[in-house]
Amino acid sequence: MADLVSHPDEIKVVSKRFGQGAADIDRYLALDGYKAAQKALPMTPDAIINEVKTSGLRGRGGAGFPTGMKWSFVPKDSPKQKYILCNGDESEPGTCKDRLILEHDPHSVIEGVMIAGLAVNAESGYIYIRGEYRYLSIIMQKAIKDAYARGFLGKNIFGSGKKFDVYWHGGAGAYEVGEESALMESLEGKRGIPRIKPPFPAVVGLWGSPTVINNVETLASAPHIILDGAQKFADYGTPKNGGVRLFCLSGHVNKPGVYELPLGYSLKKMIYEVGGGIPGGKKIKAVVPGGSSTPVLTADEIDIAMDFDGVAKAGSMLGSGGVVVIDESTCMVRFAQYIMKFYQHESCGWCIPCREGTDWLKKTLDRFHAGGGVKKDINNIQYLAENMMGRTFCPLGDAAAMPTISIVTKFRKEFEDHLEGRPCPYDPVGSVRLLPVLSH
Amino acid sequence: MTFSPEFEQRFTEMLTHYPSKRSVLVPTLLYAQDEVGYLSDEAITEIAQRLQLTELDVRNVISYYSMLTTKPRGKYNVQVCTNIACILRGADDLWEHCQKKFGLRHKQTTPDGQFSIEEVECIGACSWAPAMQVNYDFHENLTKDKFDTILDGYKKKA
Amino acid sequence: MPDVNITVDGKKVTAPAGTLLIEACKTVGIEVPAFCYYPGLSLQGACRMCLVKVEKMPKLQTACTTVISEGMAVTTDHEEIHQARKSMVELLLGNHPLDCPVCDAGGECELQDMTFSYGASESKYTEAKNHKEEQQWSPVVFFDRPRCILCYRCVRVCDEAMDVAALGIQNRGSGSVIAPNMGDHLDCEECGMCIDICPVGALTSGAYRYKTRPWEMNHVATACTHCGDGCKTTLGVRRSETGMEIVRGDNRDKSGPNGDFLCVKGRYAFDFANRTDRLTQPLVRRNGKLVPVTWDEALTYVGQKLAEIRSQSGGASMGVIGSNRTTNEENYLLQKFARVVLQTNNIDHQRTADFAAFAAALAGRPDATASAREVFDAPAILLIGNDPTEQHPLLAYQIRNNVRLHKARLYVVNSESVKLRRQATLFSQIPSGSEAAFAAFLAGGDVANGANRDEWNALRDQLRKETGLVIAFGSELRGASIASLNKFALSVQGAKLICLADYANSRGAADMGVYPDLLPGYVPLIQGSKFKAEWGTLPDAAGLTLPGMVDAAKSCKLKALLVVGANPVFRMKLDPATFANSFLVVQDLFLSETAAVADVVLPAASAYEKSGTFTNTYGDVQLVKQAGEITGTKSDFEIIVRIAERMGYDVAKLVPFGSGSRADMGQSRGAQSGEADRHAVWLEAQGLELKMNPFDPTAVFDEIQRLVPGYQVSRLNLMAGNDQHTRLDQNGGGAVGDPALIQPANDGLFSSGSTGRYSKTLNTVMENRNRVEMPKVAAD
Ligand SMILES: Cc1cc2nc3c(=O)[nH]c(=O)nc-3n(C[C@H](O)[C@H](O)[C@H](O)COP(=O)(O)O)c2cc1C
Ligand code: SF4
Ligand code: FES
Repeated sequence: MADLVSHPDEIKVVSKRFGQGAADIDRYLALDGYKAAQKALPMTPDAIINEVKTSGLRGRGGAGFPTGMKWSFVPKDSPKQKYILCNGDESEPGTCKDRLILEHDPHSVIEGVMIAGLAVNAESGYIYIRGEYRYLSIIMQKAIKDAYARGFLGKNIFGSGKKFDVYWHGGAGAYEVGEESALMESLEGKRGIPRIKPPFPAVVGLWGSPTVINNVETLASAPHIILDGAQKFADYGTPKNGGVRLFCLSGHVNKPGVYELPLGYSLKKMIYEVGGGIPGGKKIKAVVPGGSSTPVLTADEIDIAMDFDGVAKAGSMLGSGGVVVIDESTCMVRFAQYIMKFYQHESCGWCIPCREGTDWLKKTLDRFHAGGGVKKDINNIQYLAENMMGRTFCPLGDAAAMPTISIVTKFRKEFEDHLEGRPCPYDPVGSVRLLPVLSH
Repeated sequence: MTFSPEFEQRFTEMLTHYPSKRSVLVPTLLYAQDEVGYLSDEAITEIAQRLQLTELDVRNVISYYSMLTTKPRGKYNVQVCTNIACILRGADDLWEHCQKKFGLRHKQTTPDGQFSIEEVECIGACSWAPAMQVNYDFHENLTKDKFDTILDGYKKKA
Repeated sequence: MPDVNITVDGKKVTAPAGTLLIEACKTVGIEVPAFCYYPGLSLQGACRMCLVKVEKMPKLQTACTTVISEGMAVTTDHEEIHQARKSMVELLLGNHPLDCPVCDAGGECELQDMTFSYGASESKYTEAKNHKEEQQWSPVVFFDRPRCILCYRCVRVCDEAMDVAALGIQNRGSGSVIAPNMGDHLDCEECGMCIDICPVGALTSGAYRYKTRPWEMNHVATACTHCGDGCKTTLGVRRSETGMEIVRGDNRDKSGPNGDFLCVKGRYAFDFANRTDRLTQPLVRRNGKLVPVTWDEALTYVGQKLAEIRSQSGGASMGVIGSNRTTNEENYLLQKFARVVLQTNNIDHQRTADFAAFAAALAGRPDATASAREVFDAPAILLIGNDPTEQHPLLAYQIRNNVRLHKARLYVVNSESVKLRRQATLFSQIPSGSEAAFAAFLAGGDVANGANRDEWNALRDQLRKETGLVIAFGSELRGASIASLNKFALSVQGAKLICLADYANSRGAADMGVYPDLLPGYVPLIQGSKFKAEWGTLPDAAGLTLPGMVDAAKSCKLKALLVVGANPVFRMKLDPATFANSFLVVQDLFLSETAAVADVVLPAASAYEKSGTFTNTYGDVQLVKQAGEITGTKSDFEIIVRIAERMGYDVAKLVPFGSGSRADMGQSRGAQSGEADRHAVWLEAQGLELKMNPFDPTAVFDEIQRLVPGYQVSRLNLMAGNDQHTRLDQNGGGAVGDPALIQPANDGLFSSGSTGRYSKTLNTVMENRNRVEMPKVAAD
């Protein structure tokens, strides 16, 4: 449904079957589908994990945790059932890549889940798809059904005598449910409240059993790693940042879209060459490098390599691959306001700092942008956000605080320009409005 | 209360997917809502009984998820995304336009029960912003004109 | 569990592996603040107040979820920690109405205390607060959302500790709200645990709200006067024109066997004592009508009449009905009064359990009874008959939480599908009336009808494998069945028994010998030489039982009847004219059905207005502390003493107030009094009472301890407010009464004998429950 784009700098690995009708199982098979799973079948779990470790694959869901290491945390001697849980809740603002994978290449996700299953001796996997993506869950249900019909899933996969089941699961609207422990709660039919950690899901996960949770893109990368070799994948990227990943370019760029680029690709290049620059030839004011929860970079800070370490060095995070470009005409107070509207709406409400903090920040930013700000508000906004940092029950609180702190420190002048009686000087077109408290 | 045969089939099948009954709850609620239009008291009682949960428990879950509702809404629910990527590309004007067009505000429904409008958070269409969903259908790269054309299409169906 | 060593603020702490950091800190006197953490309930990590620094951890950690590990170095007092906590409080106050001056919790509020500690006094927020109207969820539960800090204690206590799950959390984010199960109201057991556990004033009690400030009350910890479980409750009392008003019952003093727990009765049903239709003046029947007279007149009249009847018709023509709700001392005194003053053994009470048979069955095994506390720790519990959830709320609580927290195995054998089956490892539903057959089966019998054979066999086999089994049984088992059960208990290592009776001091009445054939300590009359040695002569022949006395009254053979704290006309559904030919004296709080037909009515003090002890159904003896007094009433103790005195009896013989421990201290007057006075000062400092007068129940307790071996508990502990488990020490062969004499009260959660009818709260709760279901509206 969504338009596909392409650019010569792209290295199409996960996206290689996009636009080729691979949702159809025969088409998928013709495009080397399910070969990786069959290759992995006779391999030992350790061998699979080692391949993934060698590939340098790090989680594409946001935290960037090394995937092979995550798989190796599952206790080998546990007599309990083990589960693979594919995180297709994709809700981080700025991120729209898992959607394309699920739409264009659903079997690669199933195959990735199987490979993870083989790596940790699990016999079932769940693919959790956010409720808004109804059309994708229909596609996925068909793909699963087709795979069962071919004997790729079920009691005797590929005639190997091994058992593996894959099920789909649907959400119903909640960003927080993308957090891994809240995801499990949701799958178990509960409110999406995160769990106390430790224990970590690899030890106590779904229904109390060891569970591997990975992002859609992470799992969809696995078949390519197994089939084409770990080293090849690793070599695309930079040291400790193996491979390629899908970057979702959005905001003020001429050619927004999802591009698969090697890790370490220059952010500046990504915006100006891949994305075709800024509409109207305007200047960049800021860039969100990895989804709304990452600290924004100023125009001076974008000459960096887009890998986990490169972005971290610039004081932000690679996150989920959502690159949002903000041009010079944008009001950063308003931008902060809209970010906070989101987190205020999505906070699960469990812990005090996130529940109350996002609410106060939203209210304050609303008033502030509308021209009702007083001087102490600026420090207050920073104080509030800093006091949420690192103290919430789950990382959502940090996700709300980090961009806020970066905006209020890096664009303090814009806040000062809004002070008392001076509504937004940056957005002349009547966009000053108090955001509704979106009721649930 | 009775649901459609498709619902029943899916429900029965989903129950076999999990080691615990209540695991089917969230998707089941959404499917029930699709049939009834909202989660009526009747539907809640029914689902609670089937899954051996208290109604309170089911309501706790319903009220957590933003797509689930216990209040009737329009046949077509127009959901305009006003998250950052969409806002940068004019989603607030679009939302303004949408409100004016229907003469409604956030979460209100037209008197004939055909349309309701809703301001929603990121729907995963950032690279094709601004975007909206009408029920489950995505509409992307919107302009006011495109918006009007799309809505006219729904109006004809209504 | 092996021990783990850590350091907290430089102090060395050693605690068992698995201990939570917050608990480990407590052991060295370091209190880590917490809203959401509550011992015994599931962990939340939600309030973030307990953040501490743990060495090598980059972020502050929650002490409430961190399990200690060897060598852990923890700092609880640091600028960063202080700031973190301060900001949490600031955030909470941002939306808090700050209506402390009119809030019930003012002065007892954890949020106030934290604000005081962390000084979050500067208001950072200028936005409007999120407002919501207050809601009433039940006659006793009110909810004020803006005050709620979302610690989820109420939700957990209701679900986990009570297994009611009537509270939920709805919406999310800042819209999160605690919601009742019926949309806009509650359908629950009305225990009020949610109110008690609420750290702020979000949940308040319909019975207490807006009545007073906490510091205006006296807080008196005493035993509850309702069911046989004997929970400790703290009464909030203040002065009023009637003398006193009890405004609140709660769990401030968690040192009782019930710990945190109180049921609806314990928490609210003290209110009968406050009623304005309490009797406050003695009444004497003149020309067919009861007219108020002075105490002096009434007592003189009663004394003369009783003395006259005794000398004309003999003691055997008189009877006494004792109470399940008066203190041990009063019961003891009453039977002593009957036997030595009235010279009759015609004394009985409404028996709700067969303690006489229980004592006989356990003869020689005085320690085979389990205390209320033991139920919480027992590895396994067998429950036969009864429905503790309704009849013994504390027992149900102990069992439920033992299963939850200690994984105890619970076996339930019942004719109804009682709620506790949900915690049961094994639940056997048996036909009503077959409990006795089951007891016989346990003792080695076979199953008469094949229906339950396999189940019962499997159950018995499993039970025999248990050690430390606690067997609790209801009044379904009496007489020989109790003996069977005891026989079975002997085959299970360490098994202990609990006999369940209905009222606050049913066990006490039985232990104190309010029986026609048994003296205190279940000593048969003929073996009562030690009593005779102290009391002088008493009649040897067994007296009339309660129904026997009623029959005697009907056939005009009962010339006088003294009824103390009982209402036989109502309870036994008697024709009010039954006692027309007896001189009927009634001591009661209200003009009950029995009092209404009396010749003399004497206004008695309730258990909240006097001192003494109660023994709960498990045999735990506890202090009953006077919370205040209602002008015009007298304790049953004093009334009995005064009647004896008016009958010309030497009260010093009845109440040995000159002997006992007091006498051991030497003279209290005269030249040698110094030592005794020093003792007196010490006693007073310890909160112990001086026995200076014949109305002092402690003097009678001295005698009880002397003559009833099972009551030789630590006096100091008892006086300090600790429950003490008595032994069921029965010396004689045992006189087993007629099982038909056992008449259970069949009280439910919301009733309490005939006294429950005088509780406004219980009545409102009942009315509310009987109302047609309100329409279901989703909580917003
Ligand atoms: C508030 C929050 C929301 C998240 N949402 C998502 C999401 O939508 N999709 C996703 O894959 N990971 C999401 N994550 C990250 C997951 O918790 C988890 O790290 C990830 O699924 C692990 O997969 P990976 O290692 O393959 O990245 C979220 C995390 C947080 C704290
Ligand atoms: S930080 Fe706290 S309130 Fe926010 S989403 Fe996480 S647990 Fe919920
Ligand atoms: S007590 Fe630890 S988070 Fe509340």
